Amino acid sequence: MYAFTYHRPGSARQAAGLLARKEDAKILAGGHTLLPTMKQRLAAPTALIDLGACGDLKGIVRKGRVVVIGAMSTHAEVAESAIVQEAIPGLAYLASHIGDPHVRHRGTIGGSVANNDPAADYPAACLALGATIVTNQRKLVADDFFTGLYETALEEGEIITKVVFPVVSRAGYAKFRNPASRYALVGVFVAKRGSDIRVAVIGAGEGGVFRWLEAETALKARFAPKSLEGLKHPATGINADMHADAEYRAHLIGVMTKQAVAQAVGR
Amino acid sequence: MATVSMSVNGKAVTGSIDPRTLLVQFLREDLRLTGTHVGCDTSQCGACVVHVDGKAVKACTVLAVSLEGASVQTIEGLAVNGTLHPMQEAFREHHGLQCGFCTPGMIMAAVDIVNRRGHDLDEKTIREDLDGNICRCTGYHNIVKAVAAGAEAMGGQSMDRKEPPRQAAE
Repeated sequence: MYAFTYHRPGSARQAAGLLARKEDAKILAGGHTLLPTMKQRLAAPTALIDLGACGDLKGIVRKGRVVVIGAMSTHAEVAESAIVQEAIPGLAYLASHIGDPHVRHRGTIGGSVANNDPAADYPAACLALGATIVTNQRKLVADDFFTGLYETALEEGEIITKVVFPVVSRAGYAKFRNPASRYALVGVFVAKRGSDIRVAVIGAGEGGVFRWLEAETALKARFAPKSLEGLKHPATGINADMHADAEYRAHLIGVMTKQAVAQAVGR
Repeated sequence: MATVSMSVNGKAVTGSIDPRTLLVQFLREDLRLTGTHVGCDTSQCGACVVHVDGKAVKACTVLAVSLEGASVQTIEGLAVNGTLHPMQEAFREHHGLQCGFCTPGMIMAAVDIVNRRGHDLDEKTIREDLDGNICRCTGYHNIVKAVAAGAEAMGGQSMDRKEPPRQAAE
């Protein structure tokens, strides 16, 4: 790891001020991607701005038809939140299966969303639930936020402050983990809000998280695993690597979608 | 250099450190608490697990400087006056180790599981929650047994755990 100066602001506003002043600065949230990347010297920021003391970025509240999750909420906090468990159990389930217990005690929703790792779980939930990503400058709907592998619509100096999830009637998540790394080979989040049905896939797309529109249409007839029978995702545009080729990943998308729907309807 | 103050195993410590010092380096190299191990240094293996404010974390993936005012517990902080913690005793009793390299992290993870999930743990829960700890010797069988026994033993003690649900006595 290369040397850097360390800053610990007490609010998102102070953090934004530091980010604007310090050249080549990076935001540190839970650090479970950034620190390993810095150890490998793949990232070498000259300044780190730690959001750990920004109390205004913490907390989970329900406001009418939405659940608002502060960007610095850890995966464990989301998983254990009575509010999330009651309002969107599929989201609590997703959070409870990120990494391992120790990782979940440090990793944050804001960090995960900002990093947009193609195998990260949260982007699937954001896209399928139609979440709004709120920054210190503006609000972005998930459809506009995730723009490619590790790429988002975030501009220089922009900090995610919270993620707003609409409360849906049904939601479920299923992922197939690489047995060694435990990262998702494929993960699928399904959500039903009224007649609006969304299916979001992570781990598989060459461009990161994406919606499987054919499955959404199929599920509109009836929101049940059976509606997906015979439906296959094509292997084009799907990742291939030493762990799984495109055909296999495409097959997993179908299987995981069925499992996610089964979970959403309570089997 | 940066200054950081925290509590480690109940003792106040202050260090003047390079900001890039990882918690595990601070513990091992500055405080000479070498019970916390570095296995992979990539947040995979769990040999470096310690508790920060009562929660298990991988000390190789936390900056020491970010823990200003935090309370850290390491494997050295479990035994009291030379008497092993019930979880340590259970690992000895059930032979939950061979080479012992992963053991400090396993035991800190195990105590964390009990803190989160109580004293009556089934095998599935233990195996799932040991997801972040790798052992290359045992095949996990005796570790799982040790964690279950240690959890039960911790139920009969009042250290490093949450209070059990109270009976409505009043």
